[in-house]
Amino acid sequence: MGDILAILPQQLVFGLALGTVYGLVALGYTMVYGVLFMINFAHGEVFMIGAYIGWGVLAVLLDWSVGGLHPLWVLPLMLVPAMLFCGGLGMTLERFAYRPLYARGATRLGPLISAVGASIFLQNAVMLTQGARMKVYMTNFLFPRDWRFDILGVNISVLVIVMIVVSVLLMWALVVLVQRTTLGRSIRAVSEDREMAAVMGINVGRVVGMTFFLGSALGGAAGVLIGLYYTQIDFVMGYSAGLKAFTAAVLGGIGNIKGAMVGGLLLGVIESLAVTFINPAFKDVVTFAVLILTLVFKPEGIFGETLADWKKV
Amino acid sequence: MLSLTDVVTYYGPIMALKGVSLGVDAGEIVCLLGGNASGKSTTMKTVLGIVRPRTGTVEFEGERIDGLATGEIVRRGIALVPESRRVFGRMTVWENLVMGSYVRRNEPKDELDRDMERVYGLFPRLKERAQQYAGTLSGGEQQMLAIGRALMARPRLLLMDEPSMGLSPALVDQVFDIIQEINRQGTTILVVEQNASVALSIAHRGYVLQNGQMVASDTAAALLKADDVRRAYLGEE
Repeated sequence: MGDILAILPQQLVFGLALGTVYGLVALGYTMVYGVLFMINFAHGEVFMIGAYIGWGVLAVLLDWSVGGLHPLWVLPLMLVPAMLFCGGLGMTLERFAYRPLYARGATRLGPLISAVGASIFLQNAVMLTQGARMKVYMTNFLFPRDWRFDILGVNISVLVIVMIVVSVLLMWALVVLVQRTTLGRSIRAVSEDREMAAVMGINVGRVVGMTFFLGSALGGAAGVLIGLYYTQIDFVMGYSAGLKAFTAAVLGGIGNIKGAMVGGLLLGVIESLAVTFINPAFKDVVTFAVLILTLVFKPEGIFGETLADWKKV
Repeated sequence: MLSLTDVVTYYGPIMALKGVSLGVDAGEIVCLLGGNASGKSTTMKTVLGIVRPRTGTVEFEGERIDGLATGEIVRRGIALVPESRRVFGRMTVWENLVMGSYVRRNEPKDELDRDMERVYGLFPRLKERAQQYAGTLSGGEQQMLAIGRALMARPRLLLMDEPSMGLSPALVDQVFDIIQEINRQGTTILVVEQNASVALSIAHRGYVLQNGQMVASDTAAALLKADDVRRAYLGEE
């Protein structure tokens, strides 16, 4: 038991780092659900493609100049293209895979199934163009193994701190955007009452597209961070990561932005506790137990309200 | 200012408007009466382009607007106070008013501030509660917010769908006083109502819809006296 308690703080820090990244991915699910009431099951693949883009940029930079890579300029060079490309990919999915269905009055099931199809399509597209074998992130060239330090007896790597800082900064930027800008207000208006948003003069289609852009860009950034952390990526990595982030979004209350962040953090911490106290092999079991328990006992999640509450006056 | 000619609108397979024609002149308050499912709300939605007419035309200030996107119609000067208010409950009162001025978001800020003050002048309660979530307001306050939100678009024609619904008689009088005040300040108003006596008391003219067809059209005073209207909408036998 003493041994377990000794590694607990360490595990909690890992859990926190993973949790903030789950939160980033969960934001994509929750924002899209907010405006379209659909689960974008291809979001995990968008995350995976973000990881591939970060890997590609890092590989090219290493080709050009081995050594001398400092994360301060390399990390933005990995994150920005991944975010822009994934954002564009998300908008493309919405425009060509989902909108043709919901715009013609299909039930919610239509876009959902189309999303499953898009997910399979993207996995195979990456497999065919990049190969089925794992790609190795050259994380060591960016964050050398000895970049670690002790805080209160807990040994933490710089990479873990960077993951937390980058995720929190991106979340903060999103919250400011959603709370304080015209685009953010439009997104909230569309997610609350699409018809009234249109009556305000909002171009609902464009707002939905921008929502996909933002959610997918965050997913792309998360892909880069996870790639750096686990150092190995493949074309199916989006599946389990996507399901975990989806669990985080449901746990926090799907459609709720604060819920996605809190749900992600909680899930990361719960996982780290499971690894510490039960068995690392049970990590995913615990995640999906959380999903099932949430759906059975508190389907609206921690921060979710049922729609009816707001329509009652 | 607004004219509908032989408008036929479908809701799925159901023919909701069966050839409706009506006209509203600048400066008027026109009231559209009718029972449940008579097509009143569909008429509003057709004007705003939320549903499209299958045949017939909608003209605003001499130009056809049927077929335009809702946003474009709002930009041209038509705003809606919807049935059952439908304020954005998870936004503050102030944010709701800002959303109302969405089509004018590129105009100078002091123009918008002036209109905001004008709305606060009409509804001092909204100013007191500016930072409160709209979902926490009472029904009457939400109605005021819905009206204020529509005014922020600075419409020349204001559509109002059942503004008296769910309000106490005292509040209904207050809301209709404000409708008259808004009209005096230069906004043309088309109001849909089930509460015919109150609506006709402030309107210049009125129309009566039944099963998607216009069955009567006259001055408000004449409609108030007409026997069949009294029987059908004023609850008098």
